[in-house]
Amino acid sequence: MDQEHQFKPAGRFSWLVSTIYIVFLLLPIYWLVNMSFKENGEITGTFSLFPQNPTLRNYAVIFNDPSWYNGYINSIIYVGLNTIISVAAALPAAYAFSRYRFLGDKHLFFWLLTNRMAPPAVFALPFFQLYSAFGLIDTHIAVALAHCLFNVPLAVWILEGFMSGVPKEIDETAYIDGYSFPRFFVKIFMPLIASGVGVAAFFCFMFSWVELLLARTLTTTAAKPISAIMTRTVSAAGMDWGVLAAAGVLTIVPGALVIYFVRNYIAKGFALGRV
Amino acid sequence: MNKTWNNKAWFLVLPVLLLVAFSAAIPLMTVVNYSVQDTFGNNEFFWAGTDWFDEILHSPRFWEALQRNLLFSFIILALEIPLGIFIALNMPKKGLGVPVCLVLMALPLLIPWNVVGTIWQVFGRVDIGLLGRVLASLGFDYNYVRDPIDAWITVIVMDVWHWTSLVVLLCYAGLVSIPDAYYQAAKIDGASRWSVFRYIQLPKMNRVLLIAVLLRFMDSFMIYTEPFVVTGGGPGNSTTFLSIDLVKMAIGQFDLGPAAAMSIVYFLIILLMSWIFYTVMTSSDADS
Repeated sequence: MDQEHQFKPAGRFSWLVSTIYIVFLLLPIYWLVNMSFKENGEITGTFSLFPQNPTLRNYAVIFNDPSWYNGYINSIIYVGLNTIISVAAALPAAYAFSRYRFLGDKHLFFWLLTNRMAPPAVFALPFFQLYSAFGLIDTHIAVALAHCLFNVPLAVWILEGFMSGVPKEIDETAYIDGYSFPRFFVKIFMPLIASGVGVAAFFCFMFSWVELLLARTLTTTAAKPISAIMTRTVSAAGMDWGVLAAAGVLTIVPGALVIYFVRNYIAKGFALGRV
Repeated sequence: MNKTWNNKAWFLVLPVLLLVAFSAAIPLMTVVNYSVQDTFGNNEFFWAGTDWFDEILHSPRFWEALQRNLLFSFIILALEIPLGIFIALNMPKKGLGVPVCLVLMALPLLIPWNVVGTIWQVFGRVDIGLLGRVLASLGFDYNYVRDPIDAWITVIVMDVWHWTSLVVLLCYAGLVSIPDAYYQAAKIDGASRWSVFRYIQLPKMNRVLLIAVLLRFMDSFMIYTEPFVVTGGGPGNSTTFLSIDLVKMAIGQFDLGPAAAMSIVYFLIILLMSWIFYTVMTSSDADS
């Protein structure tokens, strides 16, 4: 049969739709990249679709100034911490939700979801006060813990979705074969849901990476994320557009790198493990 | 899957419970505390009862922000859902085009939200932005800093740019789960393109569409960073959504009482929405 045709009921020009959409997506990003290779004089003075005198000066500013590149390091540290904490805590919980019924399980599952849906703006001030009381302000762990607010529920939901796809008979057989729970979980179960763990980790990474409101509220200097440092480009001497653009481009790179590995699971992750 | 009743499973949930208690329950209690008390500093608090709730529920400022936010969420859904379905239907289903489309389309989803704001702020500027310059040279009087309508259009187009891919990816995931046999049967029956969509594709996308609608509603309802970076809530208050207003009140003016009361009202709305989301999700879990 004509494979191509039955897969494309929308017709001959369908490729055009995707192409136009992708161009629409890439145009603003292209403009940022374009700006990041220009001198400030060229950005404000002339209008050109390509850098006339391509320069790496903007990137050099960032890579030579610790207060700039430390922002990236800070972001990576708290994002990494958050991903580890979220996934580690979510694994046993997701297993419990996917395999057992227990007192209050449905209420608990719902309560977790409400935290994913909670507006960070509601939590900004109380977080600040809570972490001040514990002396955690301006530490990486503070931001990592704060981001658990939405990442732990997300990880639990995603992992639960993947775990429910593993037949229960596997657990039962392992227990009959004399596996203890921890040994079964690490040796047999983890490899089976490896892709789920990867997807959950990716989503924790992603939502911690893109969040700014809480990260900015909880840090002052030592753990300040890159996205908050970007506001520095406004100075008395005017806007340093070139450096702003270069900093922006560099924040897109980590996401663009990891996205390739999870491309087939992105939808499943956004659907909270339920596609 | 039939699950065994086992209350020891609580031990497995314990780490999550402690973590979320620390990062959600305790902060939320602080908010509740502030919402019923008044303070003049020095850690002295006075019982204020429901005064702050009265004040918030009778303040035009809150209702205006709520209305703006609802309007925004409505426009976002009306644009992104149909557009997302349309693009998903036209995406390649085979070959090299698939990974290319998936990766490029997912790209905006992974950009930090304030950088999304920065990208559009720069892109739309009349002096240095591609969009602003092109519109100006075509004779449009476009300036998102000065004109409320332009500011709204910018914020909406930005959100469409940022999040339509989410709808596309979800719909696409629903579409690829349709077995070939369905299309072959439709072809034999001589079904039109519309009826293929209406009776085969749409029902299969039902579930993912539901998720898309609810997620997009929630996230647009608590949007903060992107419009804040682009417009700062202005011009005037024209793009001051609930979260922006809340942060302004709590951290800018330090009006803790009203801000806390507003947080609670805001949170209750979200809670209601989450409950609808949960009920719908779990009942469709049961169906499948």
